[in-house]
Amino acid sequence: MSSPADDTAARTDVTDATAPRRAPRRVILDAGGRAPLLPEARAAFVEALDQGWADPRRLFSEGRRARMLLDGAREAIAGVVGARTEEIDLAPSHVAALHAAVRSVARGRRRVGSGVVVGAVERAAVLNAAAYSAGDARVVVPVDATGRVDAATFAASVGAPGVALAALQHANGEVGTLQPVDEVHAAARAAGVPLLVDAGASLGHTTVEAAWDLLAADAGDWGGPGGIGVLATRRGVRRSPDGPEDDDRWFPGGVSVPAALAAAVALQVAEQRRVAEAQRLRALVDRVRARVAAEVPDVDVVGDPDRRLPHVVTFSCLYVDGEALVTALDAEGFAVGSGSACTSSALEPSHVLAAMGVLTHGNVRLALPPGTTEHDVDAFCDALPRLVARVRSALGVEGL
Amino acid sequence: MTVVDARGLRCPAPVIRIARAARDAAPGTRITVLATDPAAVHDVPAWARMRGHAVVSSTEADGEYALTVEIG
Repeated sequence: MSSPADDTAARTDVTDATAPRRAPRRVILDAGGRAPLLPEARAAFVEALDQGWADPRRLFSEGRRARMLLDGAREAIAGVVGARTEEIDLAPSHVAALHAAVRSVARGRRRVGSGVVVGAVERAAVLNAAAYSAGDARVVVPVDATGRVDAATFAASVGAPGVALAALQHANGEVGTLQPVDEVHAAARAAGVPLLVDAGASLGHTTVEAAWDLLAADAGDWGGPGGIGVLATRRGVRRSPDGPEDDDRWFPGGVSVPAALAAAVALQVAEQRRVAEAQRLRALVDRVRARVAAEVPDVDVVGDPDRRLPHVVTFSCLYVDGEALVTALDAEGFAVGSGSACTSSALEPSHVLAAMGVLTHGNVRLALPPGTTEHDVDAFCDALPRLVARVRSALGVEGL
Repeated sequence: MTVVDARGLRCPAPVIRIARAARDAAPGTRITVLATDPAAVHDVPAWARMRGHAVVSSTEADGEYALTVEIG
């Protein structure tokens, strides 16, 4: 006995049975350098596509309006970092901002000498630009097991003759450890050497003090669009372009006006929420640190447990293939980063983990985006021991 | 002295190879691991620290690393 209704039901059943399994809910736990775009930034971007489409170098009304939006973005960012609007340059990426900072100051101060002093766990962009500009005169200051430079050692290097520039990050984006920026800035000032502070992992997440001569930051990290870096340069820092001339002296060709506006709006929103969000995320990271150390055997939870960024945590699991673990977590809905060599195209492990002397394999890195819930991190901590055990079992390392 | 050849193997295989050799080794025994993966230079000492062993030498020649560990 069959009716049209039954036929429909039967067809529906067949369709359900052959449908692919529903993908698990995505839990984004690695927002370092590229966070999900804040809705307010998205709205500002779309609005600016209409209002700020023109070339800000043009003198007609639409061009002037685009210029006004661009300058408004610079003014808003200046307000957050404690600078004058004219001290803010916008770059097409954080890497471009860091490269330009190192290269232009090294060139501007070449009469002083060619030395560039950097911390060992600076971003690759800083280390590479310092090697490019300073060559053998690059001085790398080591870090301790938590990833922090020793302020006195750094100060001694900055005080040596012939130093054009010093660079110290505000905090390390891979392990979260805060650097002694205040002390190092005081020493650099006493030596008459400008200090570049990379706040790429800090701005929008924690307090960034006024202890800098050049400050670099990354809009993608605080929930703005990718493709906008910030370079703030205090008046009086001598710098000189080391490329061809352009109207945009430091970043030839300028930046996208809608992206700049969205970046500024995102920074203001992030700043408004920062204190409350930092308190919440700090507690979640404490929870991850404690649960991972207690529930995963043979694990190194690294970085300073207290003097750190509120939202960053990383750990390495002994005898674990980092790529296999990241892939297994991804299959269960968790997006995490890794500093292990097998997860990098360069085949080199994270220079940060290496400089700290901690395990580089089996590494997992979390940079929690705003809005991450206790449920999210608990679900991650619940899944992790089982997945680590599965990867270890595949490698046959039980009992080692 | 035991020599473990982990040349051509990617992380974490060199550490796993030396850990296998170390499992039944008496305290004071020295084990050398040969590796071409640059991560081994960092990971063998970190493993040794976690397991209470001591790295007694670490050398590199033509992209080949040799790390010697004394079992604790």
